[in-house]
Amino acid sequence: MKTTSEFEHQTTAPPELSRIQAAQQWLRHRLGTAPVEEMAGHKTVPVHRHTIWYYLGGMTLFLFSIQVVTGILLLLYYRPSAEEAFESVQFIMTDVSFGWLVRSIHSWSANLMILTLFIHMFSVYFLKAYRPPREITWITGVLLLFIALGFGFSGYLLPWNKLAFFATRVGTEIPRVFPFVGDFIMRFLRGGDEVTGATLTRFFGFHVAILPALTTAILGVHLWLVQSHGMSRPRGTEHENDREMKFVPNFLLRDIMGWLVALGILAALAAIFPWELGEKADPFVPAPAGIRPEWFFLFSFETLKLLPAHIWFFEGEALGILGFTLGIGFWLLVPFLDRNAARGLPSRGFTVIGVVVVIYIVVMTAIGFWS
Amino acid sequence: MGKDKLKMLESPWKILGTVACAGFLASVSFLPAQPKPADSCVACHTDLDESLTRQMDGDIHLERGLGCVGCHGGDASQSDQELAMAATRGFAGRPKPAQTAAFCGKCHSDAGFMKKYNPALRIDQQAEYLTSVHGKLLGQGNQMVATCISCHGSHGIRSVSHPMSRVYPQKVAQTCGKCHADSGYMKSRLPTDQVAHYGKSVHAEALMKKNDLSAPTCNDCHGNHGASPPGVSSVANVCGTCHTRQAEMFRQSPHNASFQQLGQAECLVCHDNHEIAPPTDQMLSVEESGTCADCHSEGDKGYAAAQAMHRSITDLSGRLNEVEQLVTRAERAGMEVSRARIGLSEGHDALIGARVVVHRFSASHVKTETDRGMASARKTRQLGEQALNELQFRRKGLAASLLVIGLALVAVFFKIRQIERK
Amino acid sequence: MEPTIKKTTRRGFLDYVLGTSLGAVLVSVCYPVLSFLIPPRVAESADVSVVAGKVTDLAPNSGKIFKFGSRAALLVRTPGGEIRAFTARCTHLDCTVQYRSDLQGIWCACHNGHYDLQGRNVSGPPPRPLEQFKVNIRGDEVVVSRG
Repeated sequence: MKTTSEFEHQTTAPPELSRIQAAQQWLRHRLGTAPVEEMAGHKTVPVHRHTIWYYLGGMTLFLFSIQVVTGILLLLYYRPSAEEAFESVQFIMTDVSFGWLVRSIHSWSANLMILTLFIHMFSVYFLKAYRPPREITWITGVLLLFIALGFGFSGYLLPWNKLAFFATRVGTEIPRVFPFVGDFIMRFLRGGDEVTGATLTRFFGFHVAILPALTTAILGVHLWLVQSHGMSRPRGTEHENDREMKFVPNFLLRDIMGWLVALGILAALAAIFPWELGEKADPFVPAPAGIRPEWFFLFSFETLKLLPAHIWFFEGEALGILGFTLGIGFWLLVPFLDRNAARGLPSRGFTVIGVVVVIYIVVMTAIGFWS
Repeated sequence: MGKDKLKMLESPWKILGTVACAGFLASVSFLPAQPKPADSCVACHTDLDESLTRQMDGDIHLERGLGCVGCHGGDASQSDQELAMAATRGFAGRPKPAQTAAFCGKCHSDAGFMKKYNPALRIDQQAEYLTSVHGKLLGQGNQMVATCISCHGSHGIRSVSHPMSRVYPQKVAQTCGKCHADSGYMKSRLPTDQVAHYGKSVHAEALMKKNDLSAPTCNDCHGNHGASPPGVSSVANVCGTCHTRQAEMFRQSPHNASFQQLGQAECLVCHDNHEIAPPTDQMLSVEESGTCADCHSEGDKGYAAAQAMHRSITDLSGRLNEVEQLVTRAERAGMEVSRARIGLSEGHDALIGARVVVHRFSASHVKTETDRGMASARKTRQLGEQALNELQFRRKGLAASLLVIGLALVAVFFKIRQIERK
Repeated sequence: MEPTIKKTTRRGFLDYVLGTSLGAVLVSVCYPVLSFLIPPRVAESADVSVVAGKVTDLAPNSGKIFKFGSRAALLVRTPGGEIRAFTARCTHLDCTVQYRSDLQGIWCACHNGHYDLQGRNVSGPPPRPLEQFKVNIRGDEVVVSRG
């Protein structure tokens, strides 16, 4: 009957429950949450020089929750048709109370979330947390990355402005390079041969139904696995006294500090750098100069742009796509390929590969911005 | 009997034969029609000078079925030159300048004939031509004037709406300029700077650079077939075909009577005839650079009116600029300003209206317009300031919420310290 | 006893501040959210649908300018009584057109462009007809919306 709450005031007298505690007790009996509370109470987090990276998963989750909440709010006013989408977003920005705030936070938080997602993924990679028994955690994580990129790509089109329209047109052309299935994939994404109102409706369906459903399933597995395996201790930290920190309340309070900072940053970005609306898309006008995808696609976009038209007798772009596909395959299978890490040995090779990938992404993104 | 026929068809050779015949007939039916009997005009003249027949490519008369014979007469079926070009067979040869209008008019003034080709075409060009300066001078024996072929060409004539026609709106000034810009040809009877002046005008810019085919060129003011300069008292009517309100205002103004008295050519006095520059508010000023100052001096009513009009308009223009900057500032800071922009465009409409009413040359009329513009500017300024206030509200809201977040951060930090000190 | 009391008071104070500040953060999040949920006074974007005026205010053979979203539009009641709406932006050089009851048509003062009651450009420089909008009558209100 003893609660595991951290605010224990008495240890000797029989527990006289306050009203709040009585209510908690009542719920606990009916919802059967005792084992969950037990688990939460026992969960610990290793403390060592790399502990800071443990916060990133939770930060990404926090930002995702903000997306869900602001997204649902936007759903109340947004209209997913080519004729009304732009005007409805304009309406949200001007006439709806705090509409400007909700919309700007949604757009900024999307970008921040993808940034923290990348940092989280690379920190896991470099700390080799993917080694057994966490292979599936890694795979679900990489899948979540693609889902997040899908969210970003589909959401970008929804305001139906010129930049988004042309960026979508360019972005959906790229799958055509795949042999046999390329055109089919393009038609599947576009809902037709061209980017039209049908594309908008379809992307809306992806963005608010299909991707969230997939996320629920895969994120659920990912979080369950993280809880069940506990936090991975990186190689080389064993000598740091094997110190552990309780998740509740110590780690969680620190998490909350991070989340408060993120909230403040989002509020500042929304108020000082509101997200632009742009001009309504017109499919019959030629593309303006400087069309480019969002920053998290820039590196791949730049790579394809810089590849020569033909390498040997292969089409440059096709080779580029092939390269990316192989890269993704490698990335997914890293836990199975990195034998040394699995055995607890140093795996310099994989670290070097990771560094090269990070440098490549950073450099290509920078080139994309400044060209 | 039927059975026998069937038996015939069954034989493989007969089937093959039938198919072959059918195929041959089918292919032959796709052969080009029997070639026309040789056109001797084209045949001989191509030998003589290929460029002549090549000029006829795309010629509208040729496309409508009128070959050489259609205009020049003669007999194209005769290969013998004397027979082909015999007067008895209608050969009219090459018309002299004085005969050109009648030559073309033979068809183009014949309503019954033209109806067969294009019922909508006018048939009074020849009659109009006779009233023009060109037509009159030609009647007096001057062979150097323009005739039909000077502008339309003789071979390779295109429809007026075809971009390659020498009288396509964008080509007209160039075509007129072939003579009128050539001082040697004009033999100092007329100035030859019109095309050069026109080229610098706002109308030329609209027509040539902005591709606005409704913008005027030589023929829109001077007429095409009845070309002559408009009379001094009818200039405003000509300009007024498009600039109706200005002409209306002018006719109601004191300048209407006084210009007529002075024999001044209305709109031209301030705006020039060929080098019509975009008008500026500076023209109303009473300083040296102003147009009004060319005639009016301090003390007379016109001077006072010009001064007052100039002030109203520059005040409004300045105020609108100020408000525009305010609105743009709000827009750059991320505020939505579409309603303010409507107010601004209303203000600009009033400014344009005021500049038109200037032609009434009455300060009170101009002031009515500018007052309207000022009211819009005032309303827009309010909207712009509201937008900036909203911006301030957001910044304050942000500061407050950051304060609250900061406070919570500090509290959590101390709580962590507290529970970990134990 | 004293040290224990001090500890409890300090602890209590911090808990109080913590609870209050986190509560304040929650309020500063919930207030905009709840405010957002309440529909604004104008239910639809003025760019999509607008009340252009009252039927009783519009006499036959007359027109009036109204605001449609971020642009000016022209509401026309034909001599026959029908109500139509067009963009007020002339297709020549973007001047604002007006209804001329003497011409029973739409006219642009800038360069004498004429449009008929169907919005078709019939004379002068305008190269294209005026875009027409959908008109619906709701009681006494004239509601104009994008086609």
